Amino acid sequence: MSTTPHSSEILTLERDHIIDLASKGKRIDNRAPMDYREIKIQTGIIEKANGSAQVDIGQTKVIVGVKIEAGTPFPDTPNEGVQTVNAEFTPLAHPTFELGPPQENSIELSRIVDRNLRESKAIDLTKLSIIPGKKAFVVFIDLNMLDHYGNLIDTSTYAALSALLTSKMNEYEIKNDELIIKDNRQPLPMNDYPIPVTFAKIGKTLMLDPNIQEENAMSTRLTVGIDNEDCVCAMQKGGLGGFEPSEIESAVETAIQKSKEIRKLIMEATR
Amino acid sequence: MTILAQKKQLVIPGELVAKGEYDPDLNVYKDGENIYSTMIGLFESRGSRISVVPLKHCYFPFVDDIIIGKITDVGMSGWSVDINSPYSAMLPVTEFGARQNYPRRRETTQSLRVGDLVKAKIIAFDRSRDPLLSARDRELGKITRGRMIKITPSKIPRLIGKEGSMINMLKKESACSLSVGQNGIVLVTCNSPKNEEVVVELIKMIEHEAHTQGLTDRVSEVINRKLRGVKTGKA
Amino acid sequence: MIDDKGLRSDGRRPDELRSIKLQVGVLHNADGSAYIEQGKNKIIAGVYGPREIHPKHLIISDRAAIRCRYRMAPFSTDERKHPAPSRREVEISKVIREALEPSVLSEYYPRTVIDIFIEALQCDGGTRCASIVAASLALADAGIPLKELVSSCSVGKVKGHVIVDLYDLEDKYGEADLPIALMPNHNLVTLIQMDGKLSKEEFDKAFNMALEGCRKIRNLQNDALKRKYKLESDTEKSKDSKEEVK
Repeated sequence: MSTTPHSSEILTLERDHIIDLASKGKRIDNRAPMDYREIKIQTGIIEKANGSAQVDIGQTKVIVGVKIEAGTPFPDTPNEGVQTVNAEFTPLAHPTFELGPPQENSIELSRIVDRNLRESKAIDLTKLSIIPGKKAFVVFIDLNMLDHYGNLIDTSTYAALSALLTSKMNEYEIKNDELIIKDNRQPLPMNDYPIPVTFAKIGKTLMLDPNIQEENAMSTRLTVGIDNEDCVCAMQKGGLGGFEPSEIESAVETAIQKSKEIRKLIMEATR
Repeated sequence: MTILAQKKQLVIPGELVAKGEYDPDLNVYKDGENIYSTMIGLFESRGSRISVVPLKHCYFPFVDDIIIGKITDVGMSGWSVDINSPYSAMLPVTEFGARQNYPRRRETTQSLRVGDLVKAKIIAFDRSRDPLLSARDRELGKITRGRMIKITPSKIPRLIGKEGSMINMLKKESACSLSVGQNGIVLVTCNSPKNEEVVVELIKMIEHEAHTQGLTDRVSEVINRKLRGVKTGKA
Repeated sequence: MIDDKGLRSDGRRPDELRSIKLQVGVLHNADGSAYIEQGKNKIIAGVYGPREIHPKHLIISDRAAIRCRYRMAPFSTDERKHPAPSRREVEISKVIREALEPSVLSEYYPRTVIDIFIEALQCDGGTRCASIVAASLALADAGIPLKELVSSCSVGKVKGHVIVDLYDLEDKYGEADLPIALMPNHNLVTLIQMDGKLSKEEFDKAFNMALEGCRKIRNLQNDALKRKYKLESDTEKSKDSKEEVK
């Protein structure tokens, strides 16, 4: 059951101030409308995981761990590995996150990240089959929100990508129908991947990378994923408002430009 | 300035009914120059006032409305009342009964129990609290017998008629007692079960045909045929 | 999947919608209801409200809360679907609610709830779009004040061709899927999702095709409402219940 969320606890004065600034092309943290906050990427921080990364965008922090384990392939893709994404909105990340089964925001986020990777075949699942139809590697991508200060979608996806791009898995061989794990490590096979950018609609203005105050003041958000051939690979609108067709067209153009900058950052951090 | 819909035309949500300096009244909204209907209903304009009379809607309480409601809970200070609205009403003990004998607190259930019907007036309602009722006036209070019919609240005015003409005609011809609440609830009390059936049929007919011409004549015809037993050659 | 005559495997042209049948007011108990058949999709939407809200902590002081549940019947798909709510249904419930909510004048009924229940009885691709089409009609049928109806339609790409209103096979084996919802009078897109791969030019083409599809479907919605509430005094013959869209 999806229910209208309570309006955030933001003061009307603060919300009006943010909307007023937006109409003049300004933001409360003095950024330009299409500027991201500082993006920090750290990889390889959890040795027990096959791959890991923490991404900070401003004060938002998400840590992602990748575990690769042997499992069974899906019946309709017997020759492929499996990818599964789960997001945990841990209570320590924000006073409104509660214990319990995943709420709709957490499910939506994990599905957005999953689709971003899946449609583009970012993980080369065809190389993760062990015994066709019987055994395949499962790539578990677990997103942990640590601190929610706005734009969890982009932070989570960049962290997931960084973790995957630096993931290592053991080499293996099949001897007499048995899976034997060897000691040497190889990188997780990856293809090209899309980069999402998220816009917030504040009043009538679109801005990139909303911080938490801007998220509380916005009416709607739009995430656009662009791959390295400048193609649109993913889109998700969220929130209670809507976009005019022209706003969507212009968002796609901005996303094509912006994704290049972020792609460069991630490539450098995961070299 | 143009009115784009005809009087009593069926309009639907989002349908453009007028353009210009009109005064949007009921169930329409204005966006710039354009006035749109918000409901499925019949278009109406009076001078510069534009409205849509909805075919289906729930009752929205107004102060001073007389309503008929059902007791749903008994509390220390009064009763919770279902008034056929998304808002549940409260009838305080102090607002029930004539001044001389209003019930003392522990006797609350003896006067009104869960399931009872009560006729009351809305004395307070705003967006921050549930409606408050009073049943102190004459003609208000517990309803002890009768059959309850629910109709769309917007049809109540037609059921009552101009200066009560329709409802009085029904009362007179059927010898039934009819109690009407603004919230779409009608109480029919008849001595003759046959008359009661006819009255119920008439009420439903008025609800469905409220917007049409010649309704009063058709109601008279049914009355003649079924209540007076007069055979007519022509409808 | 597209033959040399440019026809799809179900015989449709690239810009042709599936045949759509809409009925309003099909349930007795719900305050409003509507049923849609779109190709093999069979979906019923029921609305209760505005009504008192339980549990109380969901109350919003200045408007009605909207609650939406999209559910697929276990028998609705080729392989039986487990009855427990899946993550996909949770996400779809959310995006459907967010697609409809901008059209509802919820400030008219503060501290109440409007419940939208969608049961997908048979699913063949594009169910969230069909659900929005039906749910919007159900809201109007329930007498909920609306700015306008919300229409919805998907486009996609199969073998490089941009096509409208994908059915299940086209969705599974195609290269892109882009569902949208539109409030045409306000020119407001209230749902947009996409996965797959579209160049900027393909995206523009697909997006505009989807907008056009929504406008066509909106006309069908208007007709369905007027048909249901046609006055007895009308002398017009009632239309066939099935609408073919060219």
